[in-house]
Amino acid sequence: MQTTSDEVLIARIAGGDRLAMQVLYARHHVRVYRFVLRLVRNEATAEDLISEVFLDIWRQAGKFEGRSAASTWMLSIARFKALSALRRRPEEELDDETAGQIEDHADDPETALVKKDKGSALRQCLTKLSADHREIIDLVYYHEKSVEEVAEIVGIPEATVKTRMFYARKKLSELLKEQGIDRGWP
Amino acid sequence: MNATNPDAPERSEIENLLPWHAAGTLSRRDAQRVEEALARDPELANRYAQVRDEFSETIHLNETLGAPSPRAMEKLFAKIDAEPARRQAGSFNLGGRISEFFASLSPRTLAWSASAAAIAILLQAGLLADIALKETKTSGYETASAPTTDPGVGAFTLIRFAPQASSDDITKFLTANKLSIAAGPMAGALYKVRVAVTGIPKGELANIVKKLQEDKVVDFIATAE
Repeated sequence: MQTTSDEVLIARIAGGDRLAMQVLYARHHVRVYRFVLRLVRNEATAEDLISEVFLDIWRQAGKFEGRSAASTWMLSIARFKALSALRRRPEEELDDETAGQIEDHADDPETALVKKDKGSALRQCLTKLSADHREIIDLVYYHEKSVEEVAEIVGIPEATVKTRMFYARKKLSELLKEQGIDRGWP
Repeated sequence: MNATNPDAPERSEIENLLPWHAAGTLSRRDAQRVEEALARDPELANRYAQVRDEFSETIHLNETLGAPSPRAMEKLFAKIDAEPARRQAGSFNLGGRISEFFASLSPRTLAWSASAAAIAILLQAGLLADIALKETKTSGYETASAPTTDPGVGAFTLIRFAPQASSDDITKFLTANKLSIAAGPMAGALYKVRVAVTGIPKGELANIVKKLQEDKVVDFIATAE
């Protein structure tokens, strides 16, 4: 069975096709939501942002030129919305960078258990990374974006994408070391 | 000790590509380079195992994040319904319609259509060649100032397109910059591309080359005679 490409759906959306919008939403909303959630770290905010992101997709569909993959374009919109929401937060709330240093779960890490389960330790350390580092790790590993696509989404040169990924992984190793897991690198 | 110097810039460059290799998002050329380096460097292979762990756990972590509630979709479509109606009849998106048409064809239909089109093109080429030969036979002489459609006239560049660029990307690039392919592919996958129908000063041509060089589709570009 053949599925309609995202590009065709977006062309239909540009013409006001509501059904095409439903298909595109069904296809991408979970991934876009997770990307936003990892940035804003608040489920209610992420859920509100999802409607805003897809409303922008509806409004801007006519401007989509297909120069990049549709998912890359959508993640760029999502990132812009998430960062704008973070900037709108009241001053007493945590800024993005500070929030990035704090774990998702308030309970103490059970170090002994973590030592036994390297996977769980890695996941815990992934949540402790700064927003910039979380973002790049997610884009490369979860959203499967190439160097060029990450550069387009984040708005940085390709060389910086590679450097940032290197430092994100280095930080991950340091966090693991704090948990008692030495990867022998860096 | 490894045969490969771990401090070599090549090694560090390859190591930086490991995350994308794990995700399968490298170009074929880079993926090949990484594969070769992994095969000859056990330390690099160790690092790659770490990258694969990170890759796997990042997916695991994201998959536990759940999904938005149906409320998000209801909210979205309520907002869409409140938007002003689009002028569907007035907006004629040719590109969208063409891609929609091809997307609607089954692969078999598409293959048959492509074959039929190829035969039609061959027939047409044969007819054109025949006409050209007849014209050559019947024509007398031509003045030196007569208009020409000589493919050698104009300003040209040599371009090698990026390996990851699709034919669609290349077509868009050529159309957007009003370029046409005059010859190729030649040795080194180079194409001779016409940038202007008349000759232009070298400085202007160099500026055009500089501008085109910035496009992702271009792997290599140089001026050509």
